[in-house]
Amino acid sequence: MSSLSVSDPTVVGGAPHPPIANPAVRVEDLSVTYRTTYEARPTLRTTLVRAGRRERLVREIEAVKDVSFEVAHGTVLGVVGVNGAGKSTLMRTVAGILPPTAGRVEVDGRVSTLLALGVGFNRDLSGRENVILGGLAAGLERDELEEKYDEIVKFAELEDFMDMPMRTYSSGMYGRLAFSVAVNMDPDILLVDEALSVGDARFKKKSLRRMRQLCDRAGTILIVSHALGTIRALCTEIVWMHKGKMVMWGDPDTVISEYTRFMDVGETDVALEDL
Amino acid sequence: MSDDLVTKVEEMTDGATVVERGRPGEHLPREHEDEFHADHHVYEPHRVGLPPMRSYLRELWRRRQFAFEMSRTTLRAQHFDTAFGQLWLVLNPLLLTCVYFLLVDILRGGGRGAVFFAHLMAGLFAFHFISGALTQGAKSVVGGGRLILNTAFPRTLLPLSAVLTSFLRFLPCILVYAVMHTIAGLPFGPHLLWVIPVFAIIVIFAAGVTMLVAALQVYFRDVSSFLPYFNRIWMYASPVLYYLTEVPQNLRHIININPLTPMFGALSEVLVLGHRASTGYLLWGLAWAVGALLVGGIFFISREREFAVRL
Repeated sequence: MSSLSVSDPTVVGGAPHPPIANPAVRVEDLSVTYRTTYEARPTLRTTLVRAGRRERLVREIEAVKDVSFEVAHGTVLGVVGVNGAGKSTLMRTVAGILPPTAGRVEVDGRVSTLLALGVGFNRDLSGRENVILGGLAAGLERDELEEKYDEIVKFAELEDFMDMPMRTYSSGMYGRLAFSVAVNMDPDILLVDEALSVGDARFKKKSLRRMRQLCDRAGTILIVSHALGTIRALCTEIVWMHKGKMVMWGDPDTVISEYTRFMDVGETDVALEDL
Repeated sequence: MSDDLVTKVEEMTDGATVVERGRPGEHLPREHEDEFHADHHVYEPHRVGLPPMRSYLRELWRRRQFAFEMSRTTLRAQHFDTAFGQLWLVLNPLLLTCVYFLLVDILRGGGRGAVFFAHLMAGLFAFHFISGALTQGAKSVVGGGRLILNTAFPRTLLPLSAVLTSFLRFLPCILVYAVMHTIAGLPFGPHLLWVIPVFAIIVIFAAGVTMLVAALQVYFRDVSSFLPYFNRIWMYASPVLYYLTEVPQNLRHIININPLTPMFGALSEVLVLGHRASTGYLLWGLAWAVGALLVGGIFFISREREFAVRL
């Protein structure tokens, strides 16, 4: 990673298309800076100890700096970049989970998110309870959920496991259920972060097919992935982020070849599959 | 889609690209931030830390089912949907009442009767509700990790659901108290309806303090470790183990600054003394409750969007 910081990519400006009148997502001059503590579990005790030693307790992280782009309805936008480029922060801001520090994000349509792996937030509850709780939190009505429930379970192929606590699930099952919930909510806009790495090859294929279906119905997808092959096959536009800044925004072929050239890996099979 | 959006659609000037996509245009060049609208979201930095409160509260109400479901599953996970689970729910505060009755009665030289037992029980049950809400609430946000990282929703649902859970656990206690009320020979009558406003005040107060504790727990993870001791001291400083009239004059000013004093005082008035709650207690308690709700609510809501990076 250190070799990358020596030569940062030069920012290639310019949007690939003129401004859209009615975009699904519009990000304007977005900056996200957040303060975080050094400790994973900040406590009153350590805070007092540090304050006694006059240590700085928090540091600021500029995760996204002055990023602007637009996504038209029916578009699949891929976001690529090395670890720590600010991709996940960008997605969380579009989802409304993290607040912008400056700038503005506008999202037009019902959003479904797959940003943290696993819908579940309580592993002691059953898959069924987690699906319902997640759906209700996302703002779905109970009868809407009842209606979609069978489809979600069937797509995830977890018919026999829904009444078991989620701590008994394998990571693949976890991911499959999460993906199934996100994609079966009939969203206008789907935000996906690194979710294609779960499940076996067959499920991956099924997931891709399902996402294409969504686009055919004028759905919009924003997807973060390191699997460049998938990104190229699925996306109509790509944004390349580096250290919080947008380096490039354009069609998949151009951006991916520039990105792989920068990464100095070449467009080998390995690079295209999983970086 | 709400009515104001429909009018915005009509105000749209250029519909060409919109028609092409076959979607309604819902976009106006400069709307104010409205992050909690169902279908159209605008996210901007909060100027005063608080989101637009009207749409926040509307979204909170719209997702109330989540809070109910959350409480229900929490109780089920703790096996309180079974007969023995319910029994334990009742047995625990009941045994606690017996322990405290023995303790207080022995320290006082004995001779306290069933009426005091009823007073003790009512106070302990009500306090159990508050401390339960605080304990559950402290864990609510920190325990909601993945959901918070994945979904945008009004986070106040989590502590409010904790208050609801504690309230549902409190409900069976009412039956036990009713039995004790009868045994003690305390009067039944329409004056007992005064319990409803008194308890409403307690619930509002608990909700405010729970939101405060839930937010604090995100910043200081040892808050939940201090909580049991804090609760214990708070109970001793409240008119639960003694009548309010028994407090010596030199300690009056201490008990008077305790928010629970007017609430528990009013509760004891209605249940034990058998008359309506005095207006002074009600207003005093209500002031504390509204104050706690405002302080806790504003603190929580102004911080809640930061929780995702703190977990």
